[in-house]
Amino acid sequence: MVEPLSVIPLLVILCPALAAPLILLSSKHPNMREGWTIAAGLAMFSLIYSMIQRVLSGDVVDCVLFQTMFLDSHSPSGYLEIGFRVDAFGLIFALTSSSLWILVSFYSIGYMRSLREHAQTRYFFCFAFAIFGAIGVALSRNLVTMYIFYEILTVSTYPLVIHDQTEEAISAGRKYLAYLMTAGVFFLFGVIMVYILTGTTDFTAGGIEELSALAPTHKLILMVVFFCFLLGFMKAAWMPFHSWLPTAMVAPTPVSALLHAVAVVKAGVFGIVRIVCYIYGVDLMDSLGLGLVLASIAGFTMIVANLFAIAQDNLKRRLAYSTINQLSYIILGAALLTHDGIRGAMMHIPFHGYMKITLFLCAGAIMVASGKKNISEMAGIGRAMPVTMLAFSVGALGMCGIPPVVGFISKWYLCLGAYQASQVYSPVMIIFLFILLIASLLDVVYFFPIILVAFFKEPEDRDELMRIKEPSPFMVVPLAITALFSIIFFLAFILRPIGIVSPYIDVISLHIYDLVRTAVSGLALGA
Amino acid sequence: MIEQFPVLVVAVSLISAYTILLAGWLNRKSCCFISIATVALQLILASFILYHVLTHGTIHYPLGGWAPPWGIEYVVDALNAYVLFILLFASLLVAIYSWRSVEKELPAKKTVSFYVLFQLLITGLCGITVTGDMFNLYVFLEISSLAAYALIATAGGRALKASYNYVIMGSIGACFYLLGVGFLYAVTGSLNMGDLMLLLPPLYGNRVVQAAFVFFVIGMSIKMALFPLHLWQPDAYTYAPSAVSAFIAATMSHISVYALIRVILSVFTLDFVMSYVGMDVAICWVAAIGIIAGSVLAIAQTNFKRMLAYSSISQIGYIMLGVGLAPTSIWGFFGAVAHILNHTIMKACLFLVAGAFIYKAGLHDIRDFRGLGRRMPYTSAAFTIAALAMIGVPPTTGFATKLFLMIATLETSSYAFAGVLLLNSLLELVYFGRLIERIYFLHGEPVPEPDGGVAEADEHELPHSMLIPIFIIASLCIIAGIFWLTSLGTPLIEPLSNLCAGVMP
Repeated sequence: MVEPLSVIPLLVILCPALAAPLILLSSKHPNMREGWTIAAGLAMFSLIYSMIQRVLSGDVVDCVLFQTMFLDSHSPSGYLEIGFRVDAFGLIFALTSSSLWILVSFYSIGYMRSLREHAQTRYFFCFAFAIFGAIGVALSRNLVTMYIFYEILTVSTYPLVIHDQTEEAISAGRKYLAYLMTAGVFFLFGVIMVYILTGTTDFTAGGIEELSALAPTHKLILMVVFFCFLLGFMKAAWMPFHSWLPTAMVAPTPVSALLHAVAVVKAGVFGIVRIVCYIYGVDLMDSLGLGLVLASIAGFTMIVANLFAIAQDNLKRRLAYSTINQLSYIILGAALLTHDGIRGAMMHIPFHGYMKITLFLCAGAIMVASGKKNISEMAGIGRAMPVTMLAFSVGALGMCGIPPVVGFISKWYLCLGAYQASQVYSPVMIIFLFILLIASLLDVVYFFPIILVAFFKEPEDRDELMRIKEPSPFMVVPLAITALFSIIFFLAFILRPIGIVSPYIDVISLHIYDLVRTAVSGLALGA
Repeated sequence: MIEQFPVLVVAVSLISAYTILLAGWLNRKSCCFISIATVALQLILASFILYHVLTHGTIHYPLGGWAPPWGIEYVVDALNAYVLFILLFASLLVAIYSWRSVEKELPAKKTVSFYVLFQLLITGLCGITVTGDMFNLYVFLEISSLAAYALIATAGGRALKASYNYVIMGSIGACFYLLGVGFLYAVTGSLNMGDLMLLLPPLYGNRVVQAAFVFFVIGMSIKMALFPLHLWQPDAYTYAPSAVSAFIAATMSHISVYALIRVILSVFTLDFVMSYVGMDVAICWVAAIGIIAGSVLAIAQTNFKRMLAYSSISQIGYIMLGVGLAPTSIWGFFGAVAHILNHTIMKACLFLVAGAFIYKAGLHDIRDFRGLGRRMPYTSAAFTIAALAMIGVPPTTGFATKLFLMIATLETSSYAFAGVLLLNSLLELVYFGRLIERIYFLHGEPVPEPDGGVAEADEHELPHSMLIPIFIIASLCIIAGIFWLTSLGTPLIEPLSNLCAGVMP
């Protein structure tokens, strides 16, 4: 099957790549500079959106940038190719990142200008590069391409983490680089091992056959390589290698929101799902017993991260631990190796993105409007900033998996997946169902007090509270939109079966459900 | 016509050296321009040679019409055409850069001698590259070394001691090489590389031949500053004038590596290295230790140029590791050859930047680099690109090398060396990361800007003649990195693998 090559993925990736130098050049005209960001964001999102129909019809969008000198047994040209192949799963991640980039760009404008931040050009420049890396990871056709963009993502986010240039920020930056560059090293090792073992690094739905064929003889090597990949995707912040993420929260809030709730960390979990489903394949994972190991890591992280989260008073740090927890939901979903588990995992990537970004944007809005960073200081703030805190409540409900917010749906599938795993693989897997439920309960334990404090607790200083107002619409509108979408996705799920509205609903909900179905059915899993 | 070019490259350069001397007598300012013009001409010749070699095959040129085993022969195949091109390209950039840099760093009366020596050094290096004769190689080695000793000493002060150390160590290295040549001549009666290659195989068991090989390896290891024979190098790089440090670090060490590769592949064979002396594993281990040791020592340095010097020791280890892996994996050899280009680019860029920091701000110590990102934004940007390339962030040159060598090590299941490569990129991160941090981010209180734009860049950051070479070479860090990832390097693969397999050119 030789698909005609397409230039759309190249155009997609060029949007942020061209925006970055333009941003640098127009550093003296802030409005023009931000204009480039917005224009690139809109162009990129519409290009990505235009690929949906093709992907849903079962095609992949192929785009080869160039061939390398290395032989490759899978590619039509016989050589390893650097380029993109857009499948349903990659598209889900790309859609999430690119749509949120537009919203966060508006938010950034409000945030950076309200706080009169320094080095804004550097900020927007690096932001564009980070998106360049994230989208590249999403669309890449093989591990080598993915590695290239993965490293670009690491490097470009470093200046964003240490944006404040305080002692604290700089040491956070060091920690960030130390963790993530070390991870990159392991990732590279894994990539080249896969290449040496199989002669290819292409993502193949259902896993690379040559790799499965090695299972009887090379069991140890395959397991070691898998753990190298796992270490390589330290961006997924699984425990005990999570501590860079809370530390990185010293970054400006839009950075924490988009990068440390969506682009960077999702690149990590995206990679893990890619490895599980498209390199190793479900059967090989099962025969090596890696599913259980991965699920245990994820389960451990979910519980422990939530316990940590309860202890945090700084709102952003609490959200960071919540992110660690939620990322492990996705890892767990993939590790269950069942139809519904993987489905839940794939859904949770966009859904968690929308919900968590809402929470972060609210945290930033509160900080800009009132200067408050700690939850204990936020008594009664819901009355002063009703829109923000309502949006926050929506996000929080979603995190706990309570309808009518979309978090419920992905969690539902994850639970189904855990149940299936107990039926298909071993009865022990049922334990992960309980872990999911306990983790959700813990989510409630630390999210509800925030809502409670914000709306119902009497503020100590009523006059001070009166002075707090909602920040500029640049900030409030994006967070309202993401909150709204967290609900729309849920409604879309309910309303889709109704024939008349379903086309419209699908357009609004970015076809996420169809894409997930296409992606999962491509994996050729059992029921 | 093109057959004449290899000898022209050397002859033009030599004549130009004396022309500079005469012209400098009349007008001191003309020296630099004559040098730039000569190197540009040489570069054009070299590009014709490279093109010809890749399309038509090896060039043989017997000097004075004497047939090869008796007369001196120049042989240019894909490997040395490639090295020659890199050498002259780097020379051109350094020559342009040196115009203002030398003006500032050296007293005016030394300008003439500087350019004469510079041109002689280029002559020597070009000669080493194009020759196909063992003794002729020694002659050019001495020409280039003597010129290099003197060039380092032009800075005066502590450079004199550094130069003196280099004289001693360099001479020992050259002696080792000469002894090796003598041994081979004693048993075969020939000095021509191609001829030796035919005569040697029956003698591979001979202890004299084996000893000769070991002498070559040690001699050239001193010249290229392979750990632990690097002791002359940090001082020499640190105290030499900036243009000289850049030139020597970027080209001279690589030419020594090239000479060793040439001896291994075109005089001996990889089979000999593996089966008779078992040096390939030894070279790998020495190189691996050198990679780590160089980086660890670099971390301990506070002088920027000294840090770069130790980093060079580590990077030379990369090339030698690739050479050591060559018998078992073609990607090892390819990585070594690629890294000759890559390291030339990266190190030239870094040393040129070091020179720029000294030129503009007088800064040697990395602890004083705070806030340079604002004072010298363009130079700092170039530095950042080169530093990222050294760390091996894709898609830069450093990544390409890392990729080739990683494939080579894992193909041969040498996990220890793979570990060394990966560990080293983290060590590089430590010492380049702290510099990036200092240059851009460490300046105490963040300065708020009313309009949200960056601070005004210094209008006259550096003279254009210094900034442009830095720019070109910094952008090459990325362009060459992508070049190696694409299939554009394929024309090199076949000649190089033939060379590895011992096919006569």
